Amino acid sequence: MNDDERTDEPQLDEAGGPEGTGPEGEAERTVGGRLLSELSGVGADWRTALLVPALAVVTALIISGFIIALTDVDFWRGLGTAPGQAWSDLWHEIVDSYVALFRGSFGGLRAISETLTASAPLILAGLAVGIGFRAGLFNIGAEGQMLMGGMFAVVAGFTFTGLPVVVHLPLVVLAGFLGGAVWGGIPGLLRAKTGAHEVIVTIMLNNIAIRLVDYLLKTDWIQVEGRDDPISKGVEVSGRLPRLLGFLEDVRPPSDIRVHAGILLAVLAAWGIYWLLFRSTIGYEFRAVGYNPHAAKYAGMNVTWLYFAVMAIAGGMAGLAGMNQVSGVLYRVTPGFSAGIGFEAISLALLGRSHPGGIVLAGILFGALRAGGQEMQVATDVPIDLILVVQALVVVFIAAPALIRAIYRVRTGEAAEQLTKGWAT
Amino acid sequence: MELELRGITKRFPGVLANDHVDLTVRSGEILGLLGENGAGKTTLMNILYGLYTADEGEVLIEGEIQSFESPGDAIAAGIGMVHQHFMLVPVFTVTENVVLGVEPTMQAGVIDFKKARREVREISEQYGLEVDPDAVIEDLPVGVQQRVEIIKVLFREAEFLIFDEPTAVLTPQEVQEFFGILRMLRDSGKGIVFITHKLKEILEISDRISVIRAGRVVGEAVPGEVDEGSLAEMMVGRPVELVVAKEEAVPQEAVLEVRDLIVLDERDHPAVNGVSFSVRFGEIVGIAGVQGNGQTQLVEAITGMRPPVSGTIEVGGVDVTFANPRRVHNEAVAHVPEDRQRAGLVLPFTVAENMILDVYHSRPYSRGLSMDWRAAKSAATRLVEQYDVRTPSIEVPLSNLSGGNQQKVIVAREFGRENVRLVVASQPTRGLDVGSIEYIHERIVEQRDQGAAVLIVSTELDEVMALSDRILVMYRGAVVAEVSPKETTAAQIGLYMAGATPS
Amino acid sequence: MTALPVVAEGKVIRTPAEIRRARYLGITYLLLAVFVLWAFGLGSRGNGDATFGLARATDPAYPLDFTFNAAFVGFLIAGMLAVMAGIQLARGFGKWSNIVLAVAFVAVVFAFLGWAVAQSPQGSFSLVGMLQATVVRSIPITVGALSGVLCERVAVINIAIEGMLLGGAFVAVLVASVLSDLGGETVILGSPVGGWIGVAAAALFGALLSWVLAVLSVRYRVDQIIVGVVINIFVLGLTSFLTLRVLAENSHLNQGPIFKPLAIPLLSDIPILGPILFNHNIFVYVTFLLVALITYGLFRTRWGLRARAVGEHPKAADTVGVDVYRFRYLNVMLGGLVAGFGGAYFTLGSVGRFDENMTNGRGYIGLAAMIFGRWHPVGAMAAGLVFGFADALAQKLGILQTGIPSEFLGMAPFLATILVVAGLVGKARPPAADGQPYVKE
Repeated sequence: MNDDERTDEPQLDEAGGPEGTGPEGEAERTVGGRLLSELSGVGADWRTALLVPALAVVTALIISGFIIALTDVDFWRGLGTAPGQAWSDLWHEIVDSYVALFRGSFGGLRAISETLTASAPLILAGLAVGIGFRAGLFNIGAEGQMLMGGMFAVVAGFTFTGLPVVVHLPLVVLAGFLGGAVWGGIPGLLRAKTGAHEVIVTIMLNNIAIRLVDYLLKTDWIQVEGRDDPISKGVEVSGRLPRLLGFLEDVRPPSDIRVHAGILLAVLAAWGIYWLLFRSTIGYEFRAVGYNPHAAKYAGMNVTWLYFAVMAIAGGMAGLAGMNQVSGVLYRVTPGFSAGIGFEAISLALLGRSHPGGIVLAGILFGALRAGGQEMQVATDVPIDLILVVQALVVVFIAAPALIRAIYRVRTGEAAEQLTKGWAT
Repeated sequence: MELELRGITKRFPGVLANDHVDLTVRSGEILGLLGENGAGKTTLMNILYGLYTADEGEVLIEGEIQSFESPGDAIAAGIGMVHQHFMLVPVFTVTENVVLGVEPTMQAGVIDFKKARREVREISEQYGLEVDPDAVIEDLPVGVQQRVEIIKVLFREAEFLIFDEPTAVLTPQEVQEFFGILRMLRDSGKGIVFITHKLKEILEISDRISVIRAGRVVGEAVPGEVDEGSLAEMMVGRPVELVVAKEEAVPQEAVLEVRDLIVLDERDHPAVNGVSFSVRFGEIVGIAGVQGNGQTQLVEAITGMRPPVSGTIEVGGVDVTFANPRRVHNEAVAHVPEDRQRAGLVLPFTVAENMILDVYHSRPYSRGLSMDWRAAKSAATRLVEQYDVRTPSIEVPLSNLSGGNQQKVIVAREFGRENVRLVVASQPTRGLDVGSIEYIHERIVEQRDQGAAVLIVSTELDEVMALSDRILVMYRGAVVAEVSPKETTAAQIGLYMAGATPS
Repeated sequence: MTALPVVAEGKVIRTPAEIRRARYLGITYLLLAVFVLWAFGLGSRGNGDATFGLARATDPAYPLDFTFNAAFVGFLIAGMLAVMAGIQLARGFGKWSNIVLAVAFVAVVFAFLGWAVAQSPQGSFSLVGMLQATVVRSIPITVGALSGVLCERVAVINIAIEGMLLGGAFVAVLVASVLSDLGGETVILGSPVGGWIGVAAAALFGALLSWVLAVLSVRYRVDQIIVGVVINIFVLGLTSFLTLRVLAENSHLNQGPIFKPLAIPLLSDIPILGPILFNHNIFVYVTFLLVALITYGLFRTRWGLRARAVGEHPKAADTVGVDVYRFRYLNVMLGGLVAGFGGAYFTLGSVGRFDENMTNGRGYIGLAAMIFGRWHPVGAMAAGLVFGFADALAQKLGILQTGIPSEFLGMAPFLATILVVAGLVGKARPPAADGQPYVKE
């Protein structure tokens, strides 16, 4: 068989390359079409891009329903004595949980505000993990990078007084970015110079950051005066991310609609990362290094510096997430304010296929889960930790579309599995 | 004993690798299986060895149908295979590699190493395959590793031995030694299948020849009744030019100057140990030598991938000894790397993205921070057409293309630049079909005729002799000979490659 | 211009990289010497003596002390380090380099302890107690590392050790609590019957999790690191969820027996070493046994040879008839059994109840210990002891009131891990096919 004959067969669906415009005459000119083709990546189709994630989420939620059922101790007790009542109570509990979940995430202005408030740091942290994946690096350190970004931001927040918000807020943002960038640059540098695997280094740095923050919150410089417990000084009003719907304060109680400029920052950052990855020279280098560091070196790219740069930018994104919490929600630093966001960001980035557009969508989904989960915990006593289980299941289904295929008898196209390996290794 | 393949058919997605193949091997004979890269020989042998299952057809031994689910079954039936790329665990010893899978044990699965070592020594002596049972594989030279592979096969009492491209890594002298071993195995009653694409060798060693093309057996022959030309024609399906047509070289001044170069390899041994030579405008210099004598490291040093520890490299008078690949590239040096998928291409990138891999950072493709994809695409479209790259579009990932077309992308990218002064091509046609090989050879000669200096490194002596105006032979990190292909024979060069001197 | 290699008889004796490394090491020794001189030599002036207790009140050898002048010892060790620096810079230690490095490390720690004890209000400190704590704290890390070794030797990266430990801990105490009445008053080797079943259940749960890891990474070829991280998230979420939802209201489900220590007759009476090594609960002894078994198995049996082949060159193993997939499944599940067992230690071997996220990163440190120990079971144990020591040190130093904030002491194991992984203790080679899925054509 002649080698050349192989290319004459029909190829898989052409989805656009970096720009999506393709040779003249292509049909996918709309923004939606372009986004879709980029999300699904080259060679896959709409089924992989949307159907599999959707089914994954639905299946995960169904399985969680089972978990809620199986762990209802009252149900098991009641089964012996009054089975009918037990089943009925169980059914109601499950229905109530789901209803609370949806109500808390999308059921009204306050719910949507909560969702967006929760989504902002998730999107930013997801970008932190995703951009690492694109360069072939596993950034498990978003949690620690958030903590450091938040620390830097809070210091910038309370140190400067009397500045107009137009000056102070950008300073706080910058500080947040810087803090995270430093914490992300360290593993990048170590990986580049010593080959130390960033998975372990970032996990270690997470733990170190937690203790560092605990320590700093007890120092005179940072601890708020007059208190013994570890809380930082507060961020000046001029350094805070403004509430988006602040004008509603006359109509509703102040703390109700919490959504703030952070969500705008997050979307802006996502667009920025998109441009960086697919339109800029350095983004081309990031992706080349991510796919094949050896060829990148041959092409004259400075792989060492690139690993450092990617991790620094990734850390910076996570730092912005931390800053987002400090300057938009809490207005100060307390121990563990990162609240597992950096951790969830990993599943998020995988769900969003490491593409900024996908990460925004996944971030909103995870934000909804968080907001809804809070409501669910309040309404039905189902602990919010269940969300972690949902996330893990979603990722498993995404990463192994064959499982979805097996469950739902859906064809998803051969290329689905290739994609998972491609950017993840 | 007779081993027969009857009607073997194997399909892969979009490809019919084997099409009703019939083949017979008898004890005490050597069957040569000839076919070019991609013809389906390896697939056939993998079926025979139990690594694949055939879609149709049978394997019979002494008339009995065999069914192989795994190599274990094939081994049990007496079939042994020595692969093209050795299947040896580098960190294990010779003994450990030989007994892997059939270890002699005491109770509880504990391995009886004493017994194992003894048996390895016995086989080694019986067949004249000298080897140290406790040596670690990664420390052994390639020729010795091949002996270990043979002992592995004999340890399992194979009656039929299959050798897949066994001479790729041997010097001409080692090939003769290897042929001696083959003859001894044959005379002791083994049936041997010798797979290769090398015409000279198959004529020399085989008792019978079968030719495979496009998955089908297209001809059989007996050495003595057929010559290289007709074999080549059967192999490729059309008359083949065995010699590259080129005119006399007209070399100008030197552009590449290498002086006293010392380069270390990954294990910090001197792979290049004091090499000096030059390449002039308008000439092709070929570096011949068996894989592993420093050629790879030499090319890496010249192209900026690996800094030497001493010596100098100059291109057009500019010192590039410690320059990185980009700086070397800026001195108008084109590089076709040895391992195209690892070093030359980013497989998940599109054809267009790969086409600008060497120049993406300069105008017009990159302006400041952002990329100009329109310019990139137009350049890619132009080059794809110019260099006859078969691809449905420039937006498909490179992994969709065949090996030959992937190499053409690299060639298009490197040669398609203006004013290339020096071309460094390392194993440029490895693993390619004849059509692509011819094409790339033509492009290389074209570069020379346009005035560039060309440095070719290849382990295929035929290729080096066909293309070069001057040949340097590398052995153990040094240039041991400089000859003209017109005045030297392959046998003489082979002696140099083995470290000897022709009398 | 890079340095020239040192050449003798045409062969390169020392490469520029080695020369550079040797120089850095020598400078490091020198800096350490200066630091020890200033901090622990001069710094201990006037603080008098330090007393290390080498036997506890219950040991037959009591009282047994080692008392010395902290400043004097500080100066002594500084001098020794200076000499080491000199030799290192001059001609290096050759094949003794790693041992010398270990000795230097021990010496610095000794000087530090001397200073800390001398300046403390008590002036004395139970060294034997700390060494015993070292062994105890090293167990989860060593077990995690052993699990990692079993998996990585067949080239499967197991990031999910953390999840397996956590899951094992939960299952162990839950099952043991539920079965606490089983067997009445019988106590076998330190624990009632329920406890043993709890341990078995934990091991099985670990095997279940590792089966998931195997299926997803071997059959579906999902990236192994991703699967590992996802399993960890899943287990954390599930155990926290269950703790809040089920255990909080039903505390009788979270009351496991704690395995009692068993003193080995004769051996535990050896002065100093006895209490440190031979007076522990069954978890410790089983860990020692596992190290021996796995070492022997890997390097002397058929199973071990084939497993290592699968990890180094799966294609070669495949072509000689070794079932690569089956070996990966088998070994990964063995790793899961071991990790589950290690998880039981957190609850049944120590506090007897489960708290959210009680493993707190120990699984990841286990991975580092595996790398430190060069993927060898004995190395894993040695590394586990080092990390256990750092952990124990961080805790005991609080008592000595050294003035170093406890948070920084708590960072010690993590910093140590980073140093290890960054190759400060030499580079190591993982199994060649580590992390790569095997594709059978």
